[in-house]
Parts: sequence; C-alpha cells; structure tokens
Amino acid sequence: MAESRDNSFVPYDPSVFDGPAMRKKRDVPDGLWMRCPGCESMLFRKQVTENREVCPSCDHHFPVGARARIEQLTDTDTFEEMFEDIAPADPLEFRWRGQSYPDRVEREQAKTGNRESIVTGIGYIRGRRVAVGVLDGQFLMGSMGSAMGEKVTLLVEEATRSSLPLIIVSTSGGARMHEGVLSLMQMGKTSAALGRFDEAGGLYISVLADPTTAGVLASFASLGDVIIAEPGALIGFTGQRVIANTIKTELPEGFQRAEFLLEHGFVDTIVHRRDLRSELARLVDYCVA
Amino acid sequence: MPGKNNTADTGYQLPFEKPVIRLQRQIADLEEVQTEAGRDYSAEIRQLRNQYVSLLRKTYANLSPWETVLVSRHPNRPQALDYVSMMVKGWVELHGDRRYADDKAVRCGLGRIGTEKVAVIAQHKGRETKEKLECNFGCAHPEGYRKAIRVMKLAEKFNLPVVALMDTAGAYPGIGSEERGVAEAIASSMMEMSRLRTPVVCVVIGEGGSGGAIGIGVGDRIAMMEFSYYSVISPEGCAAILWRTGEKAPEAANALKLTASYLREFGVIDDIIPEPLGGAHRSPTEAAANLERYVARSLRELKSASRDHLLQHRYERWRKMGKFVDEASPERTEAAKAR
Repeated sequence: MAESRDNSFVPYDPSVFDGPAMRKKRDVPDGLWMRCPGCESMLFRKQVTENREVCPSCDHHFPVGARARIEQLTDTDTFEEMFEDIAPADPLEFRWRGQSYPDRVEREQAKTGNRESIVTGIGYIRGRRVAVGVLDGQFLMGSMGSAMGEKVTLLVEEATRSSLPLIIVSTSGGARMHEGVLSLMQMGKTSAALGRFDEAGGLYISVLADPTTAGVLASFASLGDVIIAEPGALIGFTGQRVIANTIKTELPEGFQRAEFLLEHGFVDTIVHRRDLRSELARLVDYCVA
Repeated sequence: MPGKNNTADTGYQLPFEKPVIRLQRQIADLEEVQTEAGRDYSAEIRQLRNQYVSLLRKTYANLSPWETVLVSRHPNRPQALDYVSMMVKGWVELHGDRRYADDKAVRCGLGRIGTEKVAVIAQHKGRETKEKLECNFGCAHPEGYRKAIRVMKLAEKFNLPVVALMDTAGAYPGIGSEERGVAEAIASSMMEMSRLRTPVVCVVIGEGGSGGAIGIGVGDRIAMMEFSYYSVISPEGCAAILWRTGEKAPEAANALKLTASYLREFGVIDDIIPEPLGGAHRSPTEAAANLERYVARSLRELKSASRDHLLQHRYERWRKMGKFVDEASPERTEAAKAR
C-alpha cells in the first residue's frame, strides 16, 4: 500500500478510496487466479477477462485499461486513434524525494503503451460513428495533466467540426499534482470546449467508471448530456478520509457509489458493462439519428 | 507606516515577520517614551523607521512560496467583503441559489466599481468565530456555485460585467456537499463562465484553492494579488501524499510553483496586482485601491469589444492553457502554443 500511496497523483490520499480499484493490488495477485473483492470467490483470470473484466459470479466490475475498453466498446477494427503523439511535458520541473516527474511518466508509458492517461479517436459503436475518449486508470491513476486536457479538447473540437456524438469514459483520481496549477487549468479548458460543443448541438455521453473523482469529475465528466455510471463505481469530489476527518463522523453506507449518485440525481442511469455498447448505441439513435 | 493597520490587534505573527514586528514594537515604545518624558527622540525614531521599512521590503522581496502561502492566509488579510466595502459602492447583496440554500461562503451582489455597474461573485472566509462558521471558513457548498451561476446569468441578461474574487482553501468536504453534487456545480459554473456574454474579470485575493477556486475562475482576465497563491492542491495535501507527511508542506509549496510570478510565467494569469509594502494585511485600504484600479482598468478595456469577439478571445485564452509536447512534430507544439 505504501508504494501505491506514493504513486498517487490525486489531490487526496488515494487510500481513502477504498473501492475495488484501490483494493486491486492487495486482493488480486498476478497469476492465473484472482480473488473477487465483491464476493470473495477465487476466479480464473482469463474467464474474468473474457467476461469484460466483470466477476462472473457477482457482477463486480474490475478496472479495464483504455485499450481493452476501446476494444469492448467499438466495432472490431474500426477505432482510429487520434492525437496519440501528445505527451506530458515537465513544466514545473517537478521533483520529490529523489524522484522526478519525467521518470514517472516514462515508466507509466512503458507500462501502458500510451503517452498519456487518455486514448482518443474515432470509431464505430454498432455502426454509429462516434468520437471516443477513454481514460486509462493504469496510467498515473488516470490523472489529468496538460496533455489529457489538450487531448480532450482536441477530441471535443473534432466532434464539433465533424458533427459526431462524443463519448468519454472516465476513470481518474483527479488533476495531476506534478503539473501543478496547469493541471487545474485543464478543468476550465475542457469545460470551455464542451460549452461550445453544447452550443453546436452535439451529444455528449459521459461514462463514469470506478473511480471518477476530484478534478475530472468536477469538469468534463460531469458535463454530459447523459451521464452513465458503472455499477458500484466510486464517484465523488473529495476523498472519503478527508471528508471523515473534516466532519468527524462515519460516512454512510454506499457513500459516493454509483447507486448513491443515482439516488441523489447526479447520474442518469447505471449500466452493466455487458450492456454498455447497446445502451450507448440506443442513446445515440434517440438523440442524433 | 508602523503602528497603522499593523498586526497587533490579533497578536498574530508570521514566523518570518518576528524581526520586523520587534522593530515595530521598539518604535512604538520609543514614541511612548517620547510623549511621556516630553523629550525629542525623533532622530532615533526616524532611523528605526528607515530600518523597519528596509527590513520589511527585504523580507517581502524574498518570500519563499510557503511564506507566501502563510501571508495569503493571514487572519488580518482583507477578505472579499472587506474589498467589497472598500471598493464597491451601493452594494446590494443577492442571496440564495433558488434551489436549496444561501451559501455564505460565496457572496454575490450588484454595485458600482468606479463608474461601472457590476455583478460581484466573492468567496468570503469570515473573520470572527461566528462569521467563520457561517461561511464555513470560505469553503463553498454546491449552493455557492449555483448561486454564482444564477447571478452571472442575471449579469449577462442585463449586460453587467462580472467581477469574481477568489479566496478559498477549497470546496467544502462534507456529506451534503457530495449529496448535492459539488463536482457538477463546479463544472457547470466553469462551463457557463466560459460562454457568458459579458466581460468577466477574476482575481485571486488570497487562497486559490484548487477546484473550489477555479469554480468561479474562468474569465477574460485572470489576476492575482501579489501575495496570494493558486494551486491544484494545498501544499499540505501534496506533502502528505508525495512526501508522506504534511510537515513537508514548505517543500511541496516550492515544487508546486504556486506563486503569482510563476503563474504569470506559465501564462495562467495575466497580471499581478501589487500589494502594499509588507502585504495587504498592513494596509487593506491601499490593497483595495490597487485592486479597484486594476478591475476598473480591465473593465474599461473589455467593454469596447463586441460580445462575439470577447467570447472568441476568452475561448482562445483558455484553449492555450497547459504545456505538453507533441512527439510527432515539434513544430505543431509550437503552433499550438502560439494559437
């Protein structure tokens, strides 16, 4: 846990998010078998992957990398990646305890094969042409730096120009600390781009996967015409430990989960990963066909 | 001037100001002795005052980022409603978001700055205990952002420019805040500000605390008071995560480059509003005069532009925020920067 704390790029201590994504390291050793944090069953890893990273016995939704998610969502071989050359710079020359931001970025790039924590492009979902952005939770916790902000903005502008529906699947710890206030500014930048897309009459469907928090939730992830959440996803602005420490009370059961947000009116619907493709296609048809 | 608007009223001292305050006390003591004994120590007093001014100047010219954060949080630092009372004439406060509540951490209203009629959106922390509690120490709930949106829309409708004063440690971390969608409120506020068809001037007057601040921070002009800060995360929060202890906040403050001069270098802000010698808490009236001058000038400059032109410029201003590399072609990165 110590290592994952150190690796966090969120404004708050990530261990406060006691959700499935955060438990992954502890509960799911690499290998053929894995334990489901939802139902405690031992699962054959390959079977889980074939089931779109969903537990076959309890429907617990595991995190999905950006590439795998795109494969799940788009029609086979239709996704054309765009803006893939945009990568993080090191504007602050950020260093901490003998570590450097460029080194970390390089490691994340090697690990995920992506230059930044979002993959963007155009593809087809059941024959409907759409602009797609998918955040990669495995790349610095899907945190938003300048490169993500630029890629989201370019994607939104492309969707505006080509009159395409826009779908962004978010999973993020928030704005990336290592680019300081420049990461924060991406919240304003992406919101401004979506404001124009909205005025141009574009359809934006925001999909919230586990976890979607802080600066990403407080910008483009919350601005969808339709907002879909995955079951059980942690969705919140402030980390749970920070809240608990501030108000000195225990947090209610299910606080900041997808179902909690549905109850309070902040997501339109919760969709099982198995049905996501068909639901997206249906919504696109209703709004823009 | 020493003895005027000084820090003695709360007894609060910034650690690095101790030598300055010692000197200030010596001057006050000597002045007292002079009066009581009826003798002339004016030469000595003058000399001490010169020493005081040069020490203060030296101290404030070399503030570390962490020391700047401490100044921005100084309990005597003028707050939003202090500025409103000093620079906005005929203030009419408008309460409530028409949805749930009136959030006292975000104050909205109409008034006049110089000759301009304006709408003001101001984050207020509160000074006395009772007021602080009412204002949640300046940490807004979703209602604060929704009230801001409502009043900004009102301003747009009646063609009033918007002046936003930012001063918050962050949006309120609580259950109600999450239940009522503080993230959505911040996102919507930013989006509406980005396309509001009236000039918007934003100034960080104290703490520019993360999403809580940028939630009212999207405008045509962004400025910071000289000793304020603006950051993605508090130095304490950053230190707790990356240095594993909040005590390393001074190091985190250095790494985050959160002071006004860095932000201007990054192109995040347009201007730095000078503060009186030794910080706004030494002379709130002088600080307010500087702020008023800046706001009035900015409004004059923005007023003449057509609305379409204004919005195009605002979009372009925000469009170029950030620094990244385009590994396919370095020229394109340069082009993006220039755009």
